[in-house]
Amino acid sequence: MSQPLSAHRFPLTLALLTVLVTLFMLTPMALSMTAGLVNNYSRGLASGLTTRWLEQVWEGYGDTLFWSLVIASSCAVITTVVGVPCAYALARSRSRGARLFEELLTLPVAVPGLATGLALILVYGQFRYFRQSFLFILVGHIVFTLPFVVRTVGSAFANRELISLEEAARTLGAGFAHRLLGVLIPAVMPAIVASALMVFTLSVGEFNLTWMLHTPLTRTLPVGLADSYASMRIEVGSAYTLIFFIVVLPLLWGLQVIANEVQKRYGT
Amino acid sequence: MELECTSVHIRQCAKTYPDGTQGLLPSSLDVHPGEVLALLGPSGCGKTTLLRLIAGLETVDQGGVIRFGTQEVTQVPVERRQIGMVFQHYALFPQMTVQANIAYGLRLRGVGDQQLKQTVGELIDLVRLKGFERKRPAELSGGQRQRVALARAVAVRPKVLLLDEPLTALDAKLKVTLRDELADLLRRLGVTTIHVTHDQQEALAIADRLAVMRSGKIIQVGEGEALYRNPKHMFVAEFLGRINRLQRTPQDIVSDTVTLAQIAVQCPHGPWPDIFVRPEDIQLKPLTVMQPIALITQRSFLGDRIHYRLEVAGQPELAAEAHRDSPYRVGERVSITIAPEHFMACESEQ
Repeated sequence: MSQPLSAHRFPLTLALLTVLVTLFMLTPMALSMTAGLVNNYSRGLASGLTTRWLEQVWEGYGDTLFWSLVIASSCAVITTVVGVPCAYALARSRSRGARLFEELLTLPVAVPGLATGLALILVYGQFRYFRQSFLFILVGHIVFTLPFVVRTVGSAFANRELISLEEAARTLGAGFAHRLLGVLIPAVMPAIVASALMVFTLSVGEFNLTWMLHTPLTRTLPVGLADSYASMRIEVGSAYTLIFFIVVLPLLWGLQVIANEVQKRYGT
Repeated sequence: MELECTSVHIRQCAKTYPDGTQGLLPSSLDVHPGEVLALLGPSGCGKTTLLRLIAGLETVDQGGVIRFGTQEVTQVPVERRQIGMVFQHYALFPQMTVQANIAYGLRLRGVGDQQLKQTVGELIDLVRLKGFERKRPAELSGGQRQRVALARAVAVRPKVLLLDEPLTALDAKLKVTLRDELADLLRRLGVTTIHVTHDQQEALAIADRLAVMRSGKIIQVGEGEALYRNPKHMFVAEFLGRINRLQRTPQDIVSDTVTLAQIAVQCPHGPWPDIFVRPEDIQLKPLTVMQPIALITQRSFLGDRIHYRLEVAGQPELAAEAHRDSPYRVGERVSITIAPEHFMACESEQ
């Protein structure tokens, strides 16, 4: 099949541009990861491949990965448990106070994490055990991610169709607990899963708030990453990036698959 | 499945919304046990507000009383009011199967498994959804969803069944089929039903009696046929079908006539300056002496009938409807006759 020349030429330019942009984005990633596998970055591949940087990172920072995942999962669970009822209350309330609260709730997203972190330290810094535990970082992450849950789930609750669903349940005799657990939450399940996934992702990658809140003994993955970039050889930092990709990406993909399944099951 | 028959009495019920709008002016209405009553009116007339007040989804303003039979339910919350409701877009629980949707209310009441299965089975048969028990609402057609919604509402043996525009979400052709089906189903259930609609055809087809509403008020209540033939209010006449307004001279009023093209035609006695007639009550005939003459200005073939526009000297343009074989063409002159009993006199505005 022959096509007019002009129709051919444009997509070709476009394809070329796409390839260029993609290469521009991917090269740093690829280079950064492979840098973690060579003996000496300045000499490149000629210096030979090694896993010793990976081992060194695992030794020194393996626990940051573990704690990052613990914090991210706890954060997703807690923001869901706290955020879903809050979202429901805000979606159903017509008071001006509720609207104002909704506005305030998004502040932690807009305010630089450093400022939020400083505020938390000023108020709770003197509680030593709290300050020195991972709980302190978890609280910071909850403050930062809760707005995402409330916003996402709240707009799902505000859906007109959901208001009818709730009324239908009431006419059939369902009290509040039955309506919330049996009808409303299943109906907004896709939004809940999507927001929990977003919270998990945000928490894993959160740096600037966490950097303010961490102590030498409580470090998350991104903080450890910054530490290694600042204080170690470039190969170690790159190996760290590689570990991040190897562990976190499959996990996120897996969660996305689960989320898609839920969407299919509960979606209308 | 036999359902209880309760009467509904509404006394001086009004609804003022928090922003001050009057959804419903103080209204009273009685629904007989086992009757299907339609609340009919244009959008914003207060019919849905009244239905929601009866359901308990809105609270009645101070002074209003709602009784189901002898029991006062004005303060009873919707969860315990024992009503069944079909929503405009059905509001089926999307994550539940047809079966689970129908069983929802029974489960809440702690009905045993055996009894539950039997009741749900009966209802599935009643609404002809055998084979669809395990489907989810998203997999059903509009008509099937409507039947699930109805089955779910009657499963709990409500004292009163409330239907909020149950056919609006369907396309025109399906609407007619389902309308008759719904009418039949409601008769078989024998449950007291209040049905909100803005479609007069639907109201006439389904309901035993209609309450025609406008601007937050009930204008007239009665059987569909009576309202169609003898509307007390101009609005009712217009809302239930199309009407022509004929003007009368002072001389007409004295002599109980209305003048059409210089010919006085007999009409009922009364002091009304205007009198009304429906298009289908104007008969067209070949020119005859001593009968009013009309000029045909428009002819539309509608399949089962023909719609004419007529010019009659001394009167505004008239609409007439005739059998599909009616032979008259645009530009032709015909004689028109109107039987005296077909004239309708009603209050015009307010």
